[in-house]
Amino acid sequence: MEGLFSVTWVVPIPPFLAFLAIVLFLNKNKRGSALTAIGAALLSCILGWGIAFASFFRDHFGDHPIDEAIYTIPTGATEFVIGYAVDPSNALMLFMVPFLVLMIFIYSSGYMTYPHHLQAAQYPTAYAQGKDPRYSRFMAYICLFATGMLGLVVANNLLQFFIFWEVMGLCSYLLIGFWYEKASARAAAVKAFITTRIGDALLMIGLILLYVRSEPSSLRFSELFTEANLDQLADTLVNIPVFGEVHWISLIGVLIFCGAIGKSAQFPLHIWLPDAMEGPTPVSAMIHAATMVSAGVFLLVRMFPIYEFSGQVSTGTLQFVAFIGAFTALFAATIALAQWDIKRVLAYSTISQLGYMVAAIGMGAYLAALFHLLTHAFFKALLFLGSGSVIHGVEHGYHHAHEHAHDDHDEHHGEPHIVRRADGILDTEDAQDMRNMGGLLSRMPRTGWTFIIGGLALSGFPLVTAGFWSKDEILAFAWHGNHQWLFWTLALSAFLTAFYTMRQIGLTFLGQARTEGASHAPESVASMTTPLILISFFAIAAGWVGIPETFPVLGGIVPNWLAHFVEPYMKYMHLYPVHPDFHILPLAVSLLVALGGLGAGYLVYGQGLKEGQTDPVARVLGPIWWMWHRKYWIDELYNGTIVLFTMWLSRFLALFDREWIIDWFVNGVGRTALRLGDLASAFDRFVVDGFVDGVGWISDQAGHLARLLQDGRVQTYLLFGMLILAVWLFLNVLPMILTLV
Amino acid sequence: MESLDSIVLTILLFWPLVSALLVILLGRSDSQIKKGSIWASLLPLGLSIYLLFAYDSAAGGMQFEQFAEWIPQLNAGYHIGVDGLSIPLLFLTALLSTLSLYYSAGVINERVKEYFFLMHLLEFSMLGVFLALDYVLFYVFWEISLVPMYFLIGIWGGENRGYAATKFFIYTLVGSVAMLLAILGVYFATGTFDIVEAAAAKPFAGNLTLASLAFWGFFLGFAFKVPSFPFHTWLPDAHTEAPTAGSVILAGVLLKLGAYGMLRIMLPSFPEASVYWATWLVGLGAIAIVYGAFVCVAQTDLKRLIAYSSVSHMGYVMLGIGAAAAVMTPEGLASAVNRFGLTPQAIQDSAAMALNGAALQMFNHGIITGALFFLVGIIYERAHTRDLSRFGGLATKTPHFYGLMLTAAFASLGLPGLAGFWAELFTFRGAFAIMPYWAAFGTIGIVITAVYILYRIIQNVFLGEYDPAKLTHWTTVQGEHADGPTDMVGFEKVTMWPLIAAMFLIGIYPTPLVSYFNKSAQELLAFVQNLI
Repeated sequence: MEGLFSVTWVVPIPPFLAFLAIVLFLNKNKRGSALTAIGAALLSCILGWGIAFASFFRDHFGDHPIDEAIYTIPTGATEFVIGYAVDPSNALMLFMVPFLVLMIFIYSSGYMTYPHHLQAAQYPTAYAQGKDPRYSRFMAYICLFATGMLGLVVANNLLQFFIFWEVMGLCSYLLIGFWYEKASARAAAVKAFITTRIGDALLMIGLILLYVRSEPSSLRFSELFTEANLDQLADTLVNIPVFGEVHWISLIGVLIFCGAIGKSAQFPLHIWLPDAMEGPTPVSAMIHAATMVSAGVFLLVRMFPIYEFSGQVSTGTLQFVAFIGAFTALFAATIALAQWDIKRVLAYSTISQLGYMVAAIGMGAYLAALFHLLTHAFFKALLFLGSGSVIHGVEHGYHHAHEHAHDDHDEHHGEPHIVRRADGILDTEDAQDMRNMGGLLSRMPRTGWTFIIGGLALSGFPLVTAGFWSKDEILAFAWHGNHQWLFWTLALSAFLTAFYTMRQIGLTFLGQARTEGASHAPESVASMTTPLILISFFAIAAGWVGIPETFPVLGGIVPNWLAHFVEPYMKYMHLYPVHPDFHILPLAVSLLVALGGLGAGYLVYGQGLKEGQTDPVARVLGPIWWMWHRKYWIDELYNGTIVLFTMWLSRFLALFDREWIIDWFVNGVGRTALRLGDLASAFDRFVVDGFVDGVGWISDQAGHLARLLQDGRVQTYLLFGMLILAVWLFLNVLPMILTLV
Repeated sequence: MESLDSIVLTILLFWPLVSALLVILLGRSDSQIKKGSIWASLLPLGLSIYLLFAYDSAAGGMQFEQFAEWIPQLNAGYHIGVDGLSIPLLFLTALLSTLSLYYSAGVINERVKEYFFLMHLLEFSMLGVFLALDYVLFYVFWEISLVPMYFLIGIWGGENRGYAATKFFIYTLVGSVAMLLAILGVYFATGTFDIVEAAAAKPFAGNLTLASLAFWGFFLGFAFKVPSFPFHTWLPDAHTEAPTAGSVILAGVLLKLGAYGMLRIMLPSFPEASVYWATWLVGLGAIAIVYGAFVCVAQTDLKRLIAYSSVSHMGYVMLGIGAAAAVMTPEGLASAVNRFGLTPQAIQDSAAMALNGAALQMFNHGIITGALFFLVGIIYERAHTRDLSRFGGLATKTPHFYGLMLTAAFASLGLPGLAGFWAELFTFRGAFAIMPYWAAFGTIGIVITAVYILYRIIQNVFLGEYDPAKLTHWTTVQGEHADGPTDMVGFEKVTMWPLIAAMFLIGIYPTPLVSYFNKSAQELLAFVQNLI
């Protein structure tokens, strides 16, 4: 088992090779590319689990984490080391990521059927196969995506982390815009990349400053997080214009956090994530659960010593992190309450849950953040894949209904059916709108029950589900650290979370089918439902590894394995694990918000909606609900300010370059030179040539003049001589006079 | 091998001239000229690869040097040699020349003899600039390089070629005159035209005014070529009008001549002036990065857009060179140390990284922008327009083309894992340690680059539904009528794949390339520090 650690760097390789193989050789072979991708994911999963379990069962692993070099890049007299690392935090990731990747790959192979927005005539072969025309391309992209996430997990330095982080950015761009025939998908892809790029640029500044300031100059985690280095980062000050003097560690911490804001979709850079739902659903599961957004929080987990030490010199950075996290958690939860798109609800829910983790980092709850990151990955992947299954079912339902109604109204086929309602515009053929669903539990039992398991985990249903334990840990920590406002903000968002989750379950699965799409929806194929069932096991059980020892009754019985595994490593990094004492109030609040939210949700939405019935909450809250529904108009705000300004500036500078100033000047110089040339030519013709002609004339005239002078009179000769002398003297003396002056 | 090593550079240098003469003297049919040219160009490529391996990195310094008397009355000698900086650039020149000849063989069908003659002549002059270690030699090659490019644009260019060719020629010539004056200044101060000796003789040491004059004389010569903001406006015109291979060579190699001159001549010869004017270099570089990127966003012509992206990307080179210039003297080093509280060694390493970044950016920009210009040429041969609003949906129609363009575009954007990233990273790493505010300003360019690459290029050309009404006249690459866009054909793929492979290789494993640059960067720093 020990030897496995030395091949950790291999974990990201199989998906990369699969990517190359599919792009170069298999892009015509749909079945072959799916098998290649799944095979590669399986290899990575076996290897990843092997390494993870080897570390789980190794004694005192946290005291002796692995950190090895692969190759170096020369940087002046020093070298930059590229390598790999295994420690408890990424060993846990190595357990979670490849497993979910494998599940998502299997699911994708069934999911990527012929998309309804494409004309059948356009891709006859793909249509006949019933598969997406770019099926192979999809498999290639998700392979590269997996490479990115796995590479990030095993990286031993921040730069390598950043490299794979950006590779995922690329893949998210490609996958969100996968159905690029749709204008909304194109726009969403660009938006996702550029929004995260803003965070990435700031992260890169932070990374470079960290690289510059560290002693020794390095980005290797094992060299960064020495006590001496962290202390000197915390002790030295930097003077920034406007902000004044700050500690280097605070500045670097904030800049790195900006990267996480972008990638983990925290306010104010959260706008890309809901739009990212334009991608195929497995991608949403990939981006929102297993990989990309987790990477943002994982970055904070990785960089945690920076935040911990910055807290010792000034609390500003930590407070900022905690504030952004808690604010996002509540803010996104309110928006999720008022969305109709089944995936958008989950998207905002993800933003909200990531806010939880970020807030945990801000409170200094390293372990709780990591724990919630892991459990959330499982149940959110489950929910996304479940929603994809639902969408698929409803799409098939519509398709089925259309085939039957084909004779009656042929001309309506494929046209949108837009209804304006008090609770937002509804397209009655939209397979993602929850108003078009209802009663699906009986039609799609496997999807339904696994979705409900995921939903309960997300709501933090007490004792049984994974979400309860990790969320409870964060709340307990907030209470323990006496972060009153954080605690109540997070508790309120937990209530809202349970409420909108129940709303989603109610609208989708309970009550009666409201459309033909829902009433004819079939259960999805086995390649889609099997992963759901497998993941739902972890959505429940993943929480049991971290039951706090102080928890009543259960605490003593089930050991807190997670803490035993990770805490030695925390000590190794000079972090001091805090064990919140058991307190009845946070537990009571935790139980109350979860059960209360679910209960309230059931009361309102438990019977689903009637056909044509508007959202009861919208009727009660009116404009507030509408504000949530329109996402606080933040997209509109950005479009009207930042985007507009960028476009205006680029146009202004282009004109500045080509019309107004620079080329105007250059061409002006050119024209002036031509004019001068004309002038010179004119001078040549009239003056120089005139001179030559004139010389003849002058010599002629001079003859006459000379004859006048040579008149034989001495006075005239003398006068002429005097005149010449005067001129000569004047010319010689004048400079002397001038120098005297 | 001993005997080969003593004349390898001369063979490398003069072989393209021989090829050019052979084309003129022996070339009979077009196809014979094309084939012969391609085969002939493999020799310099092979020799440059040989140099990559034969260069002794451990020893460093100038190797394979050759001296000969040339114009004794002027004290100008034939002195050529290579070090870690010039070897990769020679390889780049030879590679892009071969690929350009190969690609041109497929698309150039008028005045073939002149065209291939000029292309060989161009390679000759570019290799000469990178090899020359004598000012007169350097200047001669520098000037020769103008002529073939002038004719390439003027004869095989687009509609507005007369304006573009003249602008290019005059602009660069103005810079050359300034440089000539500076060269004469150095000669009168040191009594030698030898670049290495002259630098060691410390021209104008202690006289900042004269040193600055010479510095700016060289700077103008080089900055017009780079081109540095605000001397860049010849570039979009020249690129837009030039034939594809002309654009590739222009962006890929000719722009590098300017930056190479800064590294080879300005920094070692005038360390005090370098320190004094470093902020200007860095400022111009950072402004170019951001300004160029913004201007790109507003472009509607694909080729002009990529030309402006060159302005932005060459800004990184200036940024890196400027940052290193600031610590060329012990005083400069001391002031950087005082400002940031880092150790002198850390500052030195940062300067080395800035230089590495600049040199890498030169190389990578050659690969990446060269590839982009090839790709633009490939689509232009079919669509006969470069207007971005006329395209759309090509991702479906031309998947191979899409894949390669995507790779090159993301490499240009500085995506980690591809070549461009390392250059940006090291440039910023160096610059942040020495000139943090300008470096921070430059990072705005990172975001805006993403905007123009994704929003202007990829979205406009490739995504969306293909609409036949937008552009009705398509041809195949051979110029026959086609019903719509056709994907890349064999010779185009062969042209592109080496460049794409290089992007991946350098992106994943940059160590070998950086090692060459790092060696010469350290030598430069040591040379200057010892000199004073």
